[in-house]
Amino acid sequence: MSEELSVGCARPTGGPVGEEAGPKEQTEKIVEEKRMVMVGQKAPDFEAPGYHNGKFISMKLSENLGKWTLLCFYPGDFTFV
Amino acid sequence: MFKKLGVNVLAMSIDSMFVHKMWNDDELSKMVKGGIPFPMLSDAGGRVGKVYGIYDENAGVETRGRFIIDPDGVIQGYEVLTPAVGRNVSETIRQIQAFQLVRKTKGGEATPSGWQPGKKTLKPGINLVGKVWEEWTTKMAFDK
Repeated sequence: MSEELSVGCARPTGGPVGEEAGPKEQTEKIVEEKRMVMVGQKAPDFEAPGYHNGKFISMKLSENLGKWTLLCFYPGDFTFV
Repeated sequence: MFKKLGVNVLAMSIDSMFVHKMWNDDELSKMVKGGIPFPMLSDAGGRVGKVYGIYDENAGVETRGRFIIDPDGVIQGYEVLTPAVGRNVSETIRQIQAFQLVRKTKGGEATPSGWQPGKKTLKPGINLVGKVWEEWTTKMAFDK
């Protein structure tokens, strides 16, 4: 039976349950180096699809060079805050 | 306000551009006349968010990370919040105004704690060493 989800600000996600599938020999996990970007350093450039003024667009961060840019990440559309 | 300050705003989440369209057209356009005036970008898989260090691997979403980037592409400031607390836009605007002032004066002026546009700045230099107390009081960190 599925249960009803109470909806909060965190976006609900699922994931695999039980034993991990796949080959067990692969013990050497690639550890991704996690680092926060630093103030005073260049903002990493990226290209991303998006929606703007009724059109689908593709934009590079570096297109905004020469102007101040405010880059805001957020958890998800149709969330509440 | 951001336009007046010459700031390009970009919003980014893991949602597809199709969902961005629906959210803008169906809901946000009811809050903001004419819809969201800045690009809503899609970061499927959180690849950009990972590079910026704000992607939550367990939840599979971006946290509320906000980056102020100057015209040279250098990050001047950031703030990261968990999902349930929203940002203070006025504080972001204040910080941008402060960074713009510092840039305009080529670092000749600095904005002390509690600075607001129109309030006193500090001029770092040899004459200010040991004299900040004459220029700045703790009360100034709080008053408007």
